[in-house]
Amino acid sequence: MNSIKNMIETAGWPRIIIGLFLLSLFMVAPLVGVKVSTSIHDTIVRFGRNGVMVLAMVPMIRSGCGLNFGLPLGIIGGILGILISVEMELVGMSGFLTALGLGVVFAAFLGWGYGILLNMVKGDEMMIATYVGFSSVAFMCMAWLLMPFKSAAMVLSYGGSGLRTTISMDDFWTDLLSCSLLDMLPDAAASFFSQLDISFLYKILPDGLVAWAVSVVQFIFLEQAMGMILFFGFMCFLVWLFFRTKVGQAMNAVGQNPDFARASGISVDKMRVLSVVLSTVLGAVGIIVYAQSYGFVQLYLAPLYMAFPAVAAVLLGGAAVGRVAIVHVLVGTFLFQGILAMTPSVINSALKGLDISEVLRLIISNGMIIYALTRRTKEVR
Amino acid sequence: MGGHKLETFLLNSIIPIIFLGLSAGAIYLSGYSAAYVVQEVFTRLGRNLFLVLALIIPIMAGMGLNFGMVLGAMAGQIALIMVVDWAVIGLPGLLLASIMSVPLAIVFGILAGMVLNRAKGSEMVTSFILGFFAKGVYDLTVLFGMGSIIPVDNPELVLSRGFGIRNAVSLIDTRGALDQMIMLNIEMFGQPIQIPLGTYLVIALFGLLIVWFRRTKLGQDMRAVSQSMPVAQAAGINVDRTRLLAIVISTVLGAFGQLIYLQNMGTLSTYNSHDQAAMYAIAALLVGGASVTRATLVNAVVGVLLFHILFFSAPMAGKAMLGKAEIGEYFRVFIAYGVIAAALVLHAWRRRRSESIALKAAAQNLAARQAGESA
Repeated sequence: MNSIKNMIETAGWPRIIIGLFLLSLFMVAPLVGVKVSTSIHDTIVRFGRNGVMVLAMVPMIRSGCGLNFGLPLGIIGGILGILISVEMELVGMSGFLTALGLGVVFAAFLGWGYGILLNMVKGDEMMIATYVGFSSVAFMCMAWLLMPFKSAAMVLSYGGSGLRTTISMDDFWTDLLSCSLLDMLPDAAASFFSQLDISFLYKILPDGLVAWAVSVVQFIFLEQAMGMILFFGFMCFLVWLFFRTKVGQAMNAVGQNPDFARASGISVDKMRVLSVVLSTVLGAVGIIVYAQSYGFVQLYLAPLYMAFPAVAAVLLGGAAVGRVAIVHVLVGTFLFQGILAMTPSVINSALKGLDISEVLRLIISNGMIIYALTRRTKEVR
Repeated sequence: MGGHKLETFLLNSIIPIIFLGLSAGAIYLSGYSAAYVVQEVFTRLGRNLFLVLALIIPIMAGMGLNFGMVLGAMAGQIALIMVVDWAVIGLPGLLLASIMSVPLAIVFGILAGMVLNRAKGSEMVTSFILGFFAKGVYDLTVLFGMGSIIPVDNPELVLSRGFGIRNAVSLIDTRGALDQMIMLNIEMFGQPIQIPLGTYLVIALFGLLIVWFRRTKLGQDMRAVSQSMPVAQAAGINVDRTRLLAIVISTVLGAFGQLIYLQNMGTLSTYNSHDQAAMYAIAALLVGGASVTRATLVNAVVGVLLFHILFFSAPMAGKAMLGKAEIGEYFRVFIAYGVIAAALVLHAWRRRRSESIALKAAAQNLAARQAGESA
């Protein structure tokens, strides 16, 4: 009994409830005529698309700066990179990498200023981050109207100046990262696998099981989103690696006990600024990955609320205001995006004509954030 | 000494002074006539001031800017939808909606207060997120619950599918119910100007109530709690209950404020009207020179005047200056967010500075005492 109780406590009630909810959605899906493979594909695509933006929460939580509600700042950096790359008419990998490079530079610069501001307001970071994000989005709305971009793909067709609300990436690098594991394998290995004879398996195992296993393996090797997932995995690995370096360890120390860190000669303020820069840069990378998968860049007020799903996802994964690991990012993104992918298809086919998914998103994501905010003070007491 | 006082005054009212300049510039650029500006100011003062008043009491209790005031706005809207459904119109309808919104707002306020009591020290961010959470629950109730579980039959209200409330609800029969109660018609700049005295009277009445409330036992308790929760607790004040009451009062006033706002607007945008209620009220209060820890009725009045002058003249000013009205629209959104960000930064920075000064003083004190002992 105690071990079950412990297990529940380590996993946390919100994760168990949301996890069971997601599981039940997957189980109900076939009954209401939704194909499970499509649902899983949607979930995986959304997982890869949003993952890096959730990862952008990690450095700031680690250094004790709290939840990064200022994510829109990084998103703005990334969007600037994309716009310049499109203006230069760069297509394919060169366009993507240029956007990435420029986005990282802009975001690093913005993050540096943002980090210095957050050092002035220690203890009140989250609310200020939210409003710094909001006001920078509103400021950029004016900038998007006035910036001297010329590319016909981006500028409003009437008037000839001012950027469009939605800019299509189709002619540039939509789905650039999309490729399956099979595509990535060297030709020799691919042909080896395709000629592999598995008929002996049918003799020793039940047919149904083998057929199921074959379809799972096929799914894994043919899933087009795997390229994006690998990119996300690579970013996670980089962040994981960073926190194993000396600087990363120092950042951890600052988050866990600033006074102790200061006593051991670590510059607390510098570490905090660095963590904010990292988070902002990851936000920029995040929106670029998002844009290549989604196929559009959305300007003006679109980035305003983008921080909230990312914050909610990392909390859902098991992070708290002062504690986070990469696994929280992975679990949280999967659960959160899984629910977003499943609810419209399942609930809408079950209850005809009810688009309840937007409402559920609001309740789940904000409920999760409130849970985390109220739990922290309990722990402190 | 006089010079010092002037300096403090200027330092404390730096934000209103900046906004005075911005508003004057926006009016000048927009090219609106004086009569139009005066009429707009009188209308908007009546429309928005009450919502701003709803923010004052949580600030008094040291809970900061109550972004959760939207819960009150939602209570007001739910009551209003029911009243429209029952076809009670005009001033009686508005009164009935106000009365019905009270129990709803009290329940919402108690829930919000309980959540905020678990998040001491981060009330603002929690109440802010609570507003979004409540929006989800409100949407669920109004979009799916009304007409199915909660009886609403009026076909003008209910979506064609049979349940859920339409996006826009016309309040044509209740429009201006309070404004028209005592409407003062005067002539200014050769144009007729209408002043909604009835609304002003209600606002003044509640303003006086707030002034009186400050002097009551509960008001004093709130101020003690805002100074220091442990000290207040030690003095026998029930801190949690006091904070809860502050939020309940704010939520009830928020419901009244939203009803006054809606009777002036004449339409209820079912799923959006409450969205910006708290944010614009907060921005206006801060523009009036209030801070996270101190807000007066004067701040509220000055803030609504300055913020809303800028608000309605910005689009035309943007058009005149840069040829695009959108610039002005985004500019006012930027101003609203920016002023909140600036006020929060200023507050945090001041608090940290005073903390470090106190720390230094304590250290000096200690050093002096040790020096005295060794001598």
